[in-house]
Amino acid sequence: MAALILAEVPALPLNTAGRYVAAAYIVLFVIVVIYVAIIGLRLSRLERDLGEMLELPERPPQHAETEQPAHTESTPA
Amino acid sequence: MTPQYGRGLRTLSILTVAMLALALVLVFFYAPLEAEQGFLQKIFYVHVPLAIIALSGFVIGGLLAIQHLRTRDSRWDMRSYVVIHMSLIFAVGTLITGSIWAKGSWGHWWVWNEPTLVSFLIIFLLYATYQPLRFAIEDPERQSRYASVFAITAGAFVPMNFIAVRLSSAYLHPRVLGSTSNLPGSMALTFLVSLIALALLFATLCKLELTAKHTRAQVRALRRRLAGDDELPARRGRSAVPVISATGGPAAGGAG
Repeated sequence: MAALILAEVPALPLNTAGRYVAAAYIVLFVIVVIYVAIIGLRLSRLERDLGEMLELPERPPQHAETEQPAHTESTPA
Repeated sequence: MTPQYGRGLRTLSILTVAMLALALVLVFFYAPLEAEQGFLQKIFYVHVPLAIIALSGFVIGGLLAIQHLRTRDSRWDMRSYVVIHMSLIFAVGTLITGSIWAKGSWGHWWVWNEPTLVSFLIIFLLYATYQPLRFAIEDPERQSRYASVFAITAGAFVPMNFIAVRLSSAYLHPRVLGSTSNLPGSMALTFLVSLIALALLFATLCKLELTAKHTRAQVRALRRRLAGDDELPARRGRSAVPVISATGGPAAGGAG
């Protein structure tokens, strides 16, 4: 398959304009990769949060709710 | 009912990958070399769609902000925020690919007396202030309102700026969009497929971002519920990200 594609590839002027064209398409690819990596990091944070919640003890009965300490959190940008 | 932001994401992602692959095949194996610029012209199949989508995204962000001010529903603010955020990323891509083309064609990375380049940079810098503006306002309600007003004003500026540049006499920058009818059929088709592929990429990334933010809001709400303080609004530090409720409905200081 790859050989067939390579056989069809025209003679690309990689020594002149080809460098710029390759750079432009690589920029787009890198932007998408960086974005997906950021989403991946957020996903791992969510996974960690869910893991922490799974470790929390079961919620106490309704009348004991007032004795629970208030939970505070700060949101990163 | 809780909205499903992730619904259709898989189909959209597959469609996006397929269209991007098709666009690349058409660009490098189907579209002929342009007579004047030769191989360098192939940058336009990525640069021009990026610019069109970025500018359209800014305008769409403004329209979504209008909807937010009309309904006071924080979901519209979140959509506006995500679309503008994504448009800014696409604008960065436009500037970089444009500079690469300019270097290859004109021998300079940037030309200050070229109206299209400079006007796009102005729009980019204008929208680069959107995030700091949001971050500067701590109160979520005021933040969303001010951000919407900014998005509407700046969104109206984009088409005006585009028309003004078009009406200017210095036509040094190649006019790809205005001369599409003059393009050979194979080039026009390749350009159209590239435009659709990048528009799908934009939509997919926006949907992905919205789904991620909504999921995060749901996880935080769940954490508060487990901790027993689900009656209280979410306490959040200073953030540029809009506040949405875990159920997706209108929120005032809900989960962020």
